[in-house]
Amino acid sequence: MSELALAWSNVILILAVVFSFAALLSWIERRLLGVWQDRYGPNRVGPFGLLQIAADAIKLLSKEDWVPPFSEKALFVLAPVIIAVTTLLAFAVVPVAPGIGVVDLNIGLLFFLAMSSLGVYSIVLGGWASNNKYSLLGGFRAAAQMLSYEVFMGLSLMGVVMLAGSFNLRDIVAAQEDLWFCIPQILGFITFTVAGIAEARRLPFDLPEAENELVAGFHTEYSSMKFGLFFIGEYVGVILISAMMVTLFFGGWLGPLLPPLMWFLLKTFIVIGFFILLRASLPRPRYDQLMAYAWKVMLPLTLVNLLVTGAIVLAWKS
Amino acid sequence: MSETSSSVVLEQNVPDILAELKDRFGAAIGATQETCDGIPTQWVARNSVCDVLRYLKLEAQRPYRMLYDLTAIDERTRVHRGDQPPSDFTVIYHLLSFERNADIRLKLALSADDLLVPTITGIWPAANWYEREIWDMFGIVFTGHPHLRRILLPPWWKGHALLKDHPARATEMEPFRLPQDKGDAEQEMLRFHPEEWGMRRAHESTDFMFLNLGPNHPSVHGVFRIVLQLDGEEIIDAVPDIGFHHRGAEKMGERQSWHTYIPYTDRVDYLGGVINNLPYVLAVEKLAGIEVPERVKVIRVMMAEFFRIASHLVFYGTYAQDLGALSPVFFMFTDRERVFDIVEAICGGRMHPSWYRIGGVAQDLPDGWDRLVRDFLDYLPPRLDEYDKIALGNRILKARSRGIGTYTVDEAIEWGVTGPGLRACGFAWDFRKERPYSGYEQFDFDIPTGQHGDCYDRCVVRAEEIRQSLRIIEQCLNHMPAGPYKADHPLTTPPLKKYTLHDIETLINHFLGVSWGPVIPPGEAFVGIEATKGNNGYYLISDGSTMAYRVRIRTPSFPHLQMIPLISRGLMISDLIAILGSIDFVMADVDR
Repeated sequence: MSELALAWSNVILILAVVFSFAALLSWIERRLLGVWQDRYGPNRVGPFGLLQIAADAIKLLSKEDWVPPFSEKALFVLAPVIIAVTTLLAFAVVPVAPGIGVVDLNIGLLFFLAMSSLGVYSIVLGGWASNNKYSLLGGFRAAAQMLSYEVFMGLSLMGVVMLAGSFNLRDIVAAQEDLWFCIPQILGFITFTVAGIAEARRLPFDLPEAENELVAGFHTEYSSMKFGLFFIGEYVGVILISAMMVTLFFGGWLGPLLPPLMWFLLKTFIVIGFFILLRASLPRPRYDQLMAYAWKVMLPLTLVNLLVTGAIVLAWKS
Repeated sequence: MSETSSSVVLEQNVPDILAELKDRFGAAIGATQETCDGIPTQWVARNSVCDVLRYLKLEAQRPYRMLYDLTAIDERTRVHRGDQPPSDFTVIYHLLSFERNADIRLKLALSADDLLVPTITGIWPAANWYEREIWDMFGIVFTGHPHLRRILLPPWWKGHALLKDHPARATEMEPFRLPQDKGDAEQEMLRFHPEEWGMRRAHESTDFMFLNLGPNHPSVHGVFRIVLQLDGEEIIDAVPDIGFHHRGAEKMGERQSWHTYIPYTDRVDYLGGVINNLPYVLAVEKLAGIEVPERVKVIRVMMAEFFRIASHLVFYGTYAQDLGALSPVFFMFTDRERVFDIVEAICGGRMHPSWYRIGGVAQDLPDGWDRLVRDFLDYLPPRLDEYDKIALGNRILKARSRGIGTYTVDEAIEWGVTGPGLRACGFAWDFRKERPYSGYEQFDFDIPTGQHGDCYDRCVVRAEEIRQSLRIIEQCLNHMPAGPYKADHPLTTPPLKKYTLHDIETLINHFLGVSWGPVIPPGEAFVGIEATKGNNGYYLISDGSTMAYRVRIRTPSFPHLQMIPLISRGLMISDLIAILGSIDFVMADVDR
């Protein structure tokens, strides 16, 4: 009984923290961008503008929930739900700290990859169901981009799996006791970072949205809380990718002095900050350049990494 | 001085080209005309106009290769026409020769009951939009034109707006009503029909997508609509649609006094501020024969260069933003605020100070202006160096803009491109150097050029022009002449008051100048200057009244936009956004 209660409290706690952190992230991002762009960012509502999140939430909830009459209604409503559900489900396997985490799957890594792949359905369906040309173009771009980057995203993690000898994320963290995987798996780390940004659809890989070209891309027709779900979904995605990077390459909760939970949060926040800094500093490549980059640069790099790691592990074991 | 020196060059050419035309075409062409601006002006007959234009473009030695402007005048109520041939409507072809550094103006007389003119789109494809504009505004029909339809006014507009009998004010028209069915019908008229433009909806196995980009779109810099024919993301063809920002600036010129029209000019290229005032006041001063003091010239140059910097900063930032970089625009707008602080201290206004006056400027420079300017001269250069790193040096930005939207010098001249877009092809032509006005010949500055004529080079040229403008401002600061800030001439606005209590003549002049506004002597004058986006010119016709008889505003962005389909075919949507950004247009500057 108490075990069940513990599991439930774990689930609810993680959900609550992820959601509120995602909301908070919208404020953090704007404030950080403000710092880097010589301006203030939201600083009027509440202390340091923190209540801006509440104001945004009220705004999103109280706006007209418009479903375009020309849209494919069922899919239009379903699309934002998919992204929120898949990214949150993926969080189930994230090993936050010893004893904190929803499930301990022995194929945790595969589960994460599967869930983040499902997320693309949300974008493609949203873009298609909107029945708007800009959304459609955004959906196309998303489909091509996610497929291309997914290919080497999974492959880039195989080096980690080889070194740890497990798909279980907790085992992977434990295997980094002596050395974080970002050192021996530097190529895998770089390629996963690139793929992760692409998965999260953040600048410079925000082509499905590309506001300067496609207005708002796949979510052009979305308003109110449906837009809010895409919005939150994006931030949850950023947190997820950051948490996964910490888990896979930066030793997860491991670290001296501070409690494990603090270490995990601290590392995740630093990675998120890096994501935001990228957004502040890079322009957006063109669609074909993006694809060429994935297939001609990133995929070969990943394969090289895979071969070298495999050879070394083989030599080590024998 | 500068105006006279440039017109001296022009006057030397008068016997040249006009005699050449006389030799060649004999009786087929008509009289010549003297104008205040010294541009050789030749009347031609309708049946020979195409031959003359073709000769000037293709056969003449040192040819006139650019169709610089094409416009018309409704002459039916004009009184002071001098010895010009009779004409109800006059079509004016304004050509520019870079080899001669000279212009020529051809005039074609039409009678009101026979408004047919052969099109010259076969000679200059760039004539397409100009002829549409004339048809739209005057109802003159260009026979053989491929798409003679409205361009600035909406398709449901009744009448032709620049006709003298077309109402100039809403109060002279029926009250405006928009019932549902009328609104629906008007919306329907805006629907794009590919067949009307000779486009196919499908090709073999592919159906094309027609994407309506604008008039409300984040990257069209205003209200500009362009319909794209797409195969996937590849642009097969594009049809630009303008006129959403049309406010009738030329028509308003016929209803405003010479003085009160100045604020309207500010709003033509709304990023250029007082640069817009300059060609207008120079043209009025040419008509009125006003020589301005040296101090006025230098003040005007300084403020014009400040606005060039402000406009180029907006370009630089928004261009980077169009390519997806979020941050540069914030830095550059911060710098632009610094420019506006100085503009505000000197002029009182910020974006639209309307600060130049006929014969001078509104006020003398305030105490302490030099310190503000000097601070700015120290402030900006290190920031510009930083921008070169964060924007121009970025590899993604280079990959996005190099080799995109390319045109050659010949294409640029063919389509009427001026300004940084022309210099980016490697042609060092700057009207400040080639035809110095307002004393630019006294300043030491370079003309930055590119090599490839692509989006990247257009950005590099503008970034470098900011530095050159700083050089000019520094020279203004160090050599600001003393003296009055307005010419001592009865036609200046507002007129000088210091003599009014001495004799009745100046008192009356002052009273009339303040109440009616000055009466500018009859005549025609054109002045074009190097504005922020290219060559901006005012062709003013005075009929000896307190208002202009006709104001023609030749703006750079109009021909630049016409070129978009040519340079964007075969590229992708993202490239089109880069091209739109790199052209640096302002819709008010296109539609007027």
